[in-house]
Amino acid sequence: MRYLLKRLGFYLLAAWVAVTLNFFLPRLMPGDPATALFARFRGMLGPEALEALRETFGLTDAPLIVQYFTYLGHVLKGDLGISVAYFPAPVLEVIGTGLVWTLFLAGTALIVSFVIGTLLGVAAAWWRFGRIDTFVPPAAALIGAFPYFWLAMVALYVFGFKLGWFPLGHAYSDYVTPGFSFTFVADVVRHAVMPVGTVVIATLGGWLLTMRNTMVSVLGRDYVNLARAKGLSPRKVALRYAARNALLPSVTGFGMALGFVLGGSLLTEIVFSYPGQGYLLVQAVRSQDYPLMQGIFLVITLAVLAANFIVDLVSMWLDPRIRESVS
Amino acid sequence: MSEPRTGAAAGLAAWVDAVKHDKRAAFGAGVLVFFVLVAVLGPLLVGDPTELVGVPMQPPSAAHWLGTTGQGQDVLAQLVVGTRMSLLIGFSVGLIVVFVGAIIGVTAGYFGGRIDAFLSLLFNVFLVIPGLPLAIVIAAYLPSGPLTLAFVLVIAGWAWNARVLRAQTLAHRNRDFVSAAVVAGESSWRIITSEILPNMTSLIVSQVIGGTVYAIGAQVGLEFLGLGDVSAVTWGTNLYWAQNDSALLTGAWWTFAPTGLAIALVGFGLTMLNSGFDEITNPRLRLERAWRAFLLRRGHVPGRSTPVVRDDTAAGPQTARDNA
Repeated sequence: MRYLLKRLGFYLLAAWVAVTLNFFLPRLMPGDPATALFARFRGMLGPEALEALRETFGLTDAPLIVQYFTYLGHVLKGDLGISVAYFPAPVLEVIGTGLVWTLFLAGTALIVSFVIGTLLGVAAAWWRFGRIDTFVPPAAALIGAFPYFWLAMVALYVFGFKLGWFPLGHAYSDYVTPGFSFTFVADVVRHAVMPVGTVVIATLGGWLLTMRNTMVSVLGRDYVNLARAKGLSPRKVALRYAARNALLPSVTGFGMALGFVLGGSLLTEIVFSYPGQGYLLVQAVRSQDYPLMQGIFLVITLAVLAANFIVDLVSMWLDPRIRESVS
Repeated sequence: MSEPRTGAAAGLAAWVDAVKHDKRAAFGAGVLVFFVLVAVLGPLLVGDPTELVGVPMQPPSAAHWLGTTGQGQDVLAQLVVGTRMSLLIGFSVGLIVVFVGAIIGVTAGYFGGRIDAFLSLLFNVFLVIPGLPLAIVIAAYLPSGPLTLAFVLVIAGWAWNARVLRAQTLAHRNRDFVSAAVVAGESSWRIITSEILPNMTSLIVSQVIGGTVYAIGAQVGLEFLGLGDVSAVTWGTNLYWAQNDSALLTGAWWTFAPTGLAIALVGFGLTMLNSGFDEITNPRLRLERAWRAFLLRRGHVPGRSTPVVRDDTAAGPQTARDNA
C-alpha cells in the first residue's frame, strides 16, 4: 500500500510539472505574453474570445503567482480554455470527441504488439539460434527503423490505394450509424486494421528483443534447470517457469512505451485522417491554436500517467518481491 | 593515465578493429560513411532543390531520377540536400542528450543522497511525460527552425540517458578502484572524469548512437507535423509536403518513398553499428559466440543456456534434451 501511495504521489508530481509547464510556456515567448498571443489572433477572433483566452490563461495584470493559481483553479475544474480553430467550443469538448479514438488506436496497437512481440521473444530465446531467432530480430530492427507514419503512408498507398483492401481513412464509414451493432463494429475494425497494423509492426521489435534477452538469461538459471530435470513438459518450463519470470522488464517497459506509442500513433492518425488527437493536433498547429495544443498535451500526459499507475499495479501482482518489500 | 595519448590511440584502434571484424558494425559504418558523404558533397552535385524544374508529380524519368514533387521540384535534389540538415540535427542532438544525461546521471549516481533523490525524481518525471506531445507544445511557441528543433528534442530526450548513466555510475561507485581513489584523496571531479567516465566509454558511445537514432526519428516526426521550418529542405519537410500535396491520393509514391527509405537506412545502419559494438565490448556476448563456434566445430548442437565455463561432457545431455 505504501508503495502504491508513493507511486501515486510521483504521478501527481509529474502531473503538476506538466500543468506548470503549460502555464509558463506562453510566458516564455519573447515580449509580453498577452500581447504576443493576442497579436496572432487579432482579426481572427472577436474581443469576447480574446477575453476568454486571457481569462483561462490567467493573463491578467495580477502578479504572476496569482495568475498561476487562477490557472491551476481552471485546470482543476476542467476548464482548458476556448479552442481557436473550433471557436467557440471549449478545448475539453473538442478533445473529448477525439480522445476515444486515440486511446482505442494506441491501446489496441500497444497490447497487440506487446503480446505478439513478447511471444516471439519467448520463441526466439527458447529455440536459440533457430529460425525465429535468426531472421525475425534483424527484420524487426529494420522495420523499426522506419518512421511509424512513413510505414502508414506506404500501407495506405499499397493496401488502400493500389489494392483497395482497406478504406483510405477515417474511423468508420459515413453510411453506418455508430452504436453497438455488428455492422458498426465490423466497420470500425476494418478501418483500424491499417493504422493499428503499422504501429504494431513498427514497435514489435522492441518487445521481441527485450523479452528474448531477459528470457535467455532466465533460461540459464538454476530453477529452470531444476524444472527441466524434474521432467516437466517443455511447454510448462518455457511458459510457466521461464517466461513468467522474464516478463517483468517488459511490463516495466510497458508504461514507458505507452507515451512513445501514443506519440507515434498521433502521427499515424494524420496519415489515415483518423479522427483522434493527432488530427486535432495538426489542426491546432496549422491554426496556431495554442489552447487546444496545450489541452491535448495535458490530456495525453494524464492518460499516460494513469496507464503507468495501472502498470505499477500489474507489476506488483506479477512480482512478489515488490509486494514483499511493501509489507 | 601517464601516457594519455597512446591510451586514447589504443582505444580508437580497438573501435576501428571492432568495425573491421564484425559484419554488422562494418555494415553500419559503411552506411554511415555513405550518408555523411552525401550530406557533405551531395549538395554540390545536384541542382537547387527548391527550383521548379518541371511538371509537378512526374514519375521517375531520365531527367529526374526520382521524379518531381507536387510543386515540380526535383525529388532527388531534395533528398540529397535534406540529408545535410537532418543528419546535422540528428548527430548534434545525439551528442547533446548524452552530454546532458551524463552530467545529471553521473552527478546523481556519484554524490547520492539528496542530490540523487532530487535528480532521479527530475529525470523520472521527464521520462513519464510523453516526449512527442511535450516537444510539440514547446516547439509551437518558439520560432520555427533547426535550433528550436534541436532544443525541444533535447528537452524531450535527455532523461533516458541520465537514468542509464546514473545506474552505471552507481555500479562503478562501489568498485575497489573508485574506493582506492577516494582514499587516495583524489577530488570528486578527477574521480569522475578519469576513473568512472573512461570505464563507461562503450556505454556512452552506444548512447550517442541511440540518441542520434532517436533524434532523426523524432525530428522527422515534428517536421512532418509542420513544426519545422517548412520552407527549408530536410527529410521531414519533404514528407510534410508529400502529405500536404496529397501525394498518396494521387499515387505519387516517389515523393515519399525515397525519403523514408533513407531515414530507415540511416537508423538501421546506426542500430547495426551499435549491436556490433555491443558484442565487442561485452565479453559475455563474445564468449557466447566463441563457445558456440567451438561446440559446432566439435560436432555438438549448442545448448540453450548462456555460457558458463563447461566441459564437453556437460554439452552431451543438453544436446539430447534439445532434440527432444
